[in-house]
Amino acid sequence: MSWAWQNRDQVGHYLGQHLYLALLPILFGIVVAIPVGIMCVRWRWTWPPILSLTSIFYAMPSLALYLVLIDYTSFTDWTVIIPLTLFSLSVLIPNVVDGLRSVPAPVQQAAVAMGFGTLRRTVQVDLPLAVPVIIAGLRVATVSSISLVSVGQLIGIGGLGYFFTDGEQRDFTTEIYVGLVLIILLALVFDGLLVLARRWLTPWEAGRAPRGQRRRAVTVTLGGSSAGLTGGHHAHAGHAGGGGGHGGGGGHG
Amino acid sequence: MSYFSDAWQWLISSQNWHGANGIPERLAQHLEYTGIALAIALVIAVPVGLAMGHLRRGGFVVVTVANFGRALPTLGLVVLVFVLTAGSAAAWLVPLAALAIPPMLVNTYEGVLGVDRELTDAARGMGMTEWQILRKVEIPVALPLILLGIRTSAIQVVATATIAAYIGLGGLGRYIIDGLARNEYNVVAGGAAVIVLLALAVQGLFMLLTIVIVPVGLRRQAQAS
Repeated sequence: MSWAWQNRDQVGHYLGQHLYLALLPILFGIVVAIPVGIMCVRWRWTWPPILSLTSIFYAMPSLALYLVLIDYTSFTDWTVIIPLTLFSLSVLIPNVVDGLRSVPAPVQQAAVAMGFGTLRRTVQVDLPLAVPVIIAGLRVATVSSISLVSVGQLIGIGGLGYFFTDGEQRDFTTEIYVGLVLIILLALVFDGLLVLARRWLTPWEAGRAPRGQRRRAVTVTLGGSSAGLTGGHHAHAGHAGGGGGHGGGGGHG
Repeated sequence: MSYFSDAWQWLISSQNWHGANGIPERLAQHLEYTGIALAIALVIAVPVGLAMGHLRRGGFVVVTVANFGRALPTLGLVVLVFVLTAGSAAAWLVPLAALAIPPMLVNTYEGVLGVDRELTDAARGMGMTEWQILRKVEIPVALPLILLGIRTSAIQVVATATIAAYIGLGGLGRYIIDGLARNEYNVVAGGAAVIVLLALAVQGLFMLLTIVIVPVGLRRQAQAS
């Protein structure tokens, strides 16, 4: 750790670059995913083609995309930011859709009965209730993005990934450890911040039963299939909300 | 556009389809790394996930493993194990297996946990043993999710096995690392294209596999809802 302190300027520089490269794609991702998700729920026929697109983007190796982009963006930050944005979209869009669909129909009907129009209902009722599932997706996307930036180091733009290649060339494990620890710490910090954001945005969830169990209760009382449960539940805890979403898709499409 | 045509020229030129640095040979190495890492992860993650899901405990452990696995930068792990073990095979095996375990573990666990309680209770009421319940009820019902977990792992490992080339191993990553080092971007783009195609092929293969393996009754239910 004394090495990290002695080289704090360098560490700070790469830390800043890492955050910028990892978080900008998440910002772009959520700004695009929310309207697209709303569209997919509103006009159902748009969902299957968009789901196929997201699963293709999800399967797309980020390193390969970096390389294909080099010709257009050369060795700039965009070469890393664009593929990571596509990746974050592939996780976020299915989660926004699952989240919006997890809103119980009686709640929506109550809003309509109170005179809410479609837009107002979407913004004031559906989106807030979808927040837990959307944040679950954001957590997956953010943590993955923070970890994936380091792969960009292979084309020379990798934030803290610099310490991996530099440490390898100098056969200096301390430097590699510093890179690893900082990336994992960053991921944990932002994961924690998102959990806090969820608590702050959904105060009504406090003190309730864990989400999985509660969902089950809701679906049972509504007499629905266990479909809603699978989708939301997996997006919540499951690996790669995108993946989880697709899995649930079998059950609740 | 010359970029794509250069990559295309590289892809179709016959000299790249022969010998030790030919595409078939590199592809075989790539699939070998991927296959071994996936097999190791499968043997560890799926039984543990099944057991935890059946016993309905360990959710916290699973979520922690999943989060930690996602946060772990593979390149860093590859480089670290490489330097620590002075260049043994563990350098690619450990990080790739570590990458593959979380999706399999989480989806297997969630899949079994998500099986309707009424189903398992009915099975128990019919006199099935716990082992029979797991084998005849929980695994078939959870199969779509288990396969999804394996698919996610496979795609990630196929994409990430590229990094093995950074520490001097073979596989399709060779084209990328060597191409970058020599400023031969047609080689880089060609190699990247082969990796993308491979990842999409794996995705397609698993989608097909899901259709074939998932029991007919479950498929119908999935379509109906």
